[in-house]
Amino acid sequence: MSANQAALAYLFASILFILALRGLSSPSFARRGNLYGMLGMVVAIVTTFLQPGVLNYRLILFSLLFGGLIGTVIAQRIKITAMPQLVAAMHSLVGLAAVLIAISALYSPATYGIARPGGGLELANRIEMFIGTFIGAITFTGSVVAFGKLSGFIRSAPLLFRGQHPFNLALFLLMTGFGVVFVVNQAWGPFLGMIGIALLLGVLVIAPIGGADMPVVISMLNSYSGWAAAGIGFTLNNNMLIIAGALIGSSGAILSYIMCKAMNRSIVNVLLGGFGVSGEASAAQAIPQRSVKSGSAEDAAFILSNAGSIIIVPGYGLAVAHAQHALQEMVSLLGGRGIKVRYAIHPVAGRMPGHMNVILAEAAVPYDQVFEMDEINSEFGDTDVAFIIGANDVVNPAAKTDSKSPIYGMPILEANKARTILVNKRSMASGYAGLDNELFYMDKTMMIFGDAKKTSDQIVQVLKA
Amino acid sequence: MNEAVVTAAAASAAQTGVDPFIFSLTVFILAIFVGYHVVWNVTAALHTPLMSLTNAISGIIIVGAMLAAGPVKADLGTLLGVIAVALASVNVVGGFLVTQRMLGMFKKK
Repeated sequence: MSANQAALAYLFASILFILALRGLSSPSFARRGNLYGMLGMVVAIVTTFLQPGVLNYRLILFSLLFGGLIGTVIAQRIKITAMPQLVAAMHSLVGLAAVLIAISALYSPATYGIARPGGGLELANRIEMFIGTFIGAITFTGSVVAFGKLSGFIRSAPLLFRGQHPFNLALFLLMTGFGVVFVVNQAWGPFLGMIGIALLLGVLVIAPIGGADMPVVISMLNSYSGWAAAGIGFTLNNNMLIIAGALIGSSGAILSYIMCKAMNRSIVNVLLGGFGVSGEASAAQAIPQRSVKSGSAEDAAFILSNAGSIIIVPGYGLAVAHAQHALQEMVSLLGGRGIKVRYAIHPVAGRMPGHMNVILAEAAVPYDQVFEMDEINSEFGDTDVAFIIGANDVVNPAAKTDSKSPIYGMPILEANKARTILVNKRSMASGYAGLDNELFYMDKTMMIFGDAKKTSDQIVQVLKA
Repeated sequence: MNEAVVTAAAASAAQTGVDPFIFSLTVFILAIFVGYHVVWNVTAALHTPLMSLTNAISGIIIVGAMLAAGPVKADLGTLLGVIAVALASVNVVGGFLVTQRMLGMFKKK
């Protein structure tokens, strides 16, 4: 295959990747889009196999099948609630692969056809290699920490020590220093030193960010994994990697922006981390004992079955309790009685963008019954019952009314406007932001204390009886 | 072949006076714009499949890994390439399959 033919094949694959992303604009086209993506990948891999320098067929094929087998098993077995962990793990693999390829390229630049006539690398390639490698290394360890937090191996709470930010900054400058030395003298010492510091930075940057900020972290690492791939593409003068990396990088950046906006926080604020650490302590002291109206699952079933319209607001607590199937059974029983039931999803209702939508889809909730915040917010005022299950901060009216509240300005689901409000929660404990929620004390609110799954099951029993 | 690419790029650079890096940069910036416009059109309900799909596409780094693993010799460069091929193919296969699995769950009433 000539160089021109290969370049055209890579262009074709790039177009297929763009069509794959394009398909996700609607659920009905998305599956076909994903097939375009698969086809694009096959074209890219076959084209690379036909390169004159690629001769190690058996070993490469073995390696490909080995990785592919692991990927297949994971894809089939992974629980949908565990998607954030899987995505984080995959980011780390891309980061590590980028670092390994960069080391390999420095070891034998001739393999990639990027060697200078006198040996060594061109200046531009060295700069690109430095940038691609450190982004890859940060992506690798940062994603490992994110994976650990999401799957519970590492405490999810922010880990922050005194002077961490100046320390990180110093490390970053030191890393850049090593990088500059490498660019100048092309030596292994500064190159490996730079990688070592970048690996440490990945840990230190992600560790202070916890809990509900995970959607931002995971989107950001998604973006980094793309920039790392593009960086390697620049180093190897390969447009396929540059295009795919740029697509992923911008996708992750857009998701980070959407998540930050949904929490009314700046990316800098999220990155500095430690949110909720001080808030929790002071809030716990400040809240005086106030009385709420509480009821049983039977009461909830009675109220729900007498409503004409219901909006369900699911939160992360729903996923933790694995209550989505029981909840959907309740919803279909209510729907069978002619009651209009819809779901309202806040953009940060899970641990990653769109997490709640997939969790509901798995529980066989039709997607035309699930609405985004902007689509449904105006309808709460006209709704008989808002049923809040496992959510807290995303329905806290303080975000609109109390300018002193830490979440002031965050867009919320206006469940407080419904005629009756049912809140299912395990206890009166405050949410992630450590704030009290005025919604729970309203006259039209009834608290149903208990585990989300058990409560939903009990309501189903009553509705069936 | 890659040497041919570089030579060709250098030749065209010599003709037009534009550095190959600028060509790459042009492609990069335009691809960012394409990504920006395509991704803003993705419906919020499919943001999780979007992430798993980009995971799969990021497996494209396998192209670099295969080039590294290409030469038939037992040195560090080839070894790292072989490892990177395995890592990237976990993403490629796992990413596309899990995306397909999730998308299959989205059904209309």
